[in-house]
Amino acid sequence: MKKSVLKSEGAISFMSSLISIFCGLLVGYILLWVFNPKYANYGLGCLVTAGFSSPAKLAKVLYQAAPLILTGLSVGFAFKTGLFNIGASGQYTVGAFCALICGIVFKLPWWVCLLAAMAGGAVWGFFPGFFKAMFNVNEVITSIMFNWIGMFAVNVVFANIPSALDNFYGASNADRTAGLDAANPGAIIPRAGLDRLFGSTYMNISIFLAAVIAVIIYIVIKKTVFGYELRACGSNRDASLYAGINAKRSIILSMAIAGALSGIGGAIYYLAGTGKYTLEKSLLAMGFNGIPVALLASSNPIGTIFSALFISYIQVGGDAMQPEFAVETIDIILAVIIYMSAFSLLMKSVVSKLIGGRFRRKTRGAVLDKEQEGEAQ
Amino acid sequence: MNIIADVLGSTIIFAVPLLLVALGGMFSERSGIVNIALEGIMIIGALVSCLFLKTANEAGRGASSPQLTVLLAILIAAASGMIFSLLLAFASIKLKADQTIGGTALNTLAPAFAIVLTWAVQGQGQTNIMLPTWVRISGISAESGFFARVFLKNSYLTTPVAALLLIVSIILLYKTRFGLRLRACGEHPHAADSVGVNVARMRYAGVMISGFLGGIGGLAFTLAAGSGFSSTVAGYGFLALAVMIFGNWKPLNILGASLFFALFKVVGNYASSLPFLPDFTGVKSSTYIYQMLPYIVTMIILIFTSKKSRAPKAEGIPYDKGQR
Repeated sequence: MKKSVLKSEGAISFMSSLISIFCGLLVGYILLWVFNPKYANYGLGCLVTAGFSSPAKLAKVLYQAAPLILTGLSVGFAFKTGLFNIGASGQYTVGAFCALICGIVFKLPWWVCLLAAMAGGAVWGFFPGFFKAMFNVNEVITSIMFNWIGMFAVNVVFANIPSALDNFYGASNADRTAGLDAANPGAIIPRAGLDRLFGSTYMNISIFLAAVIAVIIYIVIKKTVFGYELRACGSNRDASLYAGINAKRSIILSMAIAGALSGIGGAIYYLAGTGKYTLEKSLLAMGFNGIPVALLASSNPIGTIFSALFISYIQVGGDAMQPEFAVETIDIILAVIIYMSAFSLLMKSVVSKLIGGRFRRKTRGAVLDKEQEGEAQ
Repeated sequence: MNIIADVLGSTIIFAVPLLLVALGGMFSERSGIVNIALEGIMIIGALVSCLFLKTANEAGRGASSPQLTVLLAILIAAASGMIFSLLLAFASIKLKADQTIGGTALNTLAPAFAIVLTWAVQGQGQTNIMLPTWVRISGISAESGFFARVFLKNSYLTTPVAALLLIVSIILLYKTRFGLRLRACGEHPHAADSVGVNVARMRYAGVMISGFLGGIGGLAFTLAAGSGFSSTVAGYGFLALAVMIFGNWKPLNILGASLFFALFKVVGNYASSLPFLPDFTGVKSSTYIYQMLPYIVTMIILIFTSKKSRAPKAEGIPYDKGQR
């Protein structure tokens, strides 16, 4: 029988993601209307159009999408092994820290900084995986604790390296890291002329780097023995043990790789040379936004590229809504999207009924796998 | 001596939100629902009750009967927490959703909603809700005795309420039919169902009790933090989850665990004025080290206790009648 494109598993995931997005935007619009009816339509207009309104805005979308792709990949990769990596924020922070230390203090070139960030993030992801595998501590709790530990540790180390801070280079601020322009222009990710094309210094090659990494992760998950072992461990840990897969090793490696991905995310955000790391008192949102990115893409690495672009797009729209509305309206929309994704099984069965096809056996199997992934957490 | 009394007093104040929220998490998990949304529930409880306190202050209610108003605020926090927790209950019981992801959604929603609402209520860019001064129970002089200083120097109505709720929780969980059924649903829902217990209703009850306690916990945290509500509870909901695990899902152990954690938190805050602590001379911003302390201690304790800890067997698994 010929397979209909509409009824394929990917299409159903895509449709249910669209429904999630629609519900999110609807709730967002209702909130805008409740809080400020006069500007509600204006707010929604900003949300939907601001990202394409100028090349500079588009550059901002791409600039923010790159780290989002990586944190989304990080969360999605852990999902594949049945783990919930809510610690992307801490891994992202530690990655940014390693990159900035290498760039500002040791004056290393940008690609060495990226590798350092990868290592730093991997270490921060390793701990939750190790504790889960060895002591059966819930990785969600561990990751959250490591988010806070990471943030405070990064703050205290930065505060004690005077040459890493902005005031070392003549600025008045002691609570943020030095600008890369002044400290080490070699650590800035190459812009390859794209900044002139878009007329914005936000633009560099990081979005392409992120996309390449997404493709690599796709190949690792789908085409290698290692990826198969990880997925088997996520679908049914007991069965994978029985089949001779080392589940402990899979858990630890999966979390370490997830951490490495988030770490690169932190590096490419701060190595763009436009933002400085401020000694924060609250966790960075970029890591948490990886969760809706991964959920919208059903943890598919290629899908992650597009969901990250979408979320970055509405975030730029959210910035444009100020000061009439708080930019946190975007977070509410994201929350609704996550909420809808939580019952993806139900969504998918509704979608496949809507399309008119029977809930075919293959789709059901795939969806059940997803559900078990959730349960394994 | 005074400094020790102050540390102990603050420990009690910071233990109260941990105790309440961890008890809430316990009820939810004992019924079989993993409630990672406690952080969000706390924020919503704190948001609504702080808005109420602010309005009451502007209406001049506070001066006439301050503690009655605080009691009302506590009830409002509990009610709002309960309503918010229904979102989790509906998704995880009715729609059989992934409980961790559903909880994460609520944790994303709550702070964003709090900021958007306070922004809309108080005007652009003002997202802090200041608390009136009369919420504190005051009336002791600086020369009072050690115990007066521990228990009364900085005291809020939430402390006796928490003590009362702890006792009620113990009775409810261990001495009533409801408690037995609730625990059965968390251990073996099919067995409970087979003897006529409505699993879905029990789980709704478990999550709503956690919303009730979590909401009050949010208010208690904001009172303890002292600087008003700023759309965050600083990870206390997650710390409370760790407290609950450390307390092995048992009320009295949770009381001990929350006091223990609060002590570390307060030692971090008072680090500079405690003579027996190392002050890391030569290290700038060493307060960050002490702020890390509660989280590191949590990690170490979880590693050592997790082998022995016994989580409710059926937690996190949506109840499916047809499953064997």
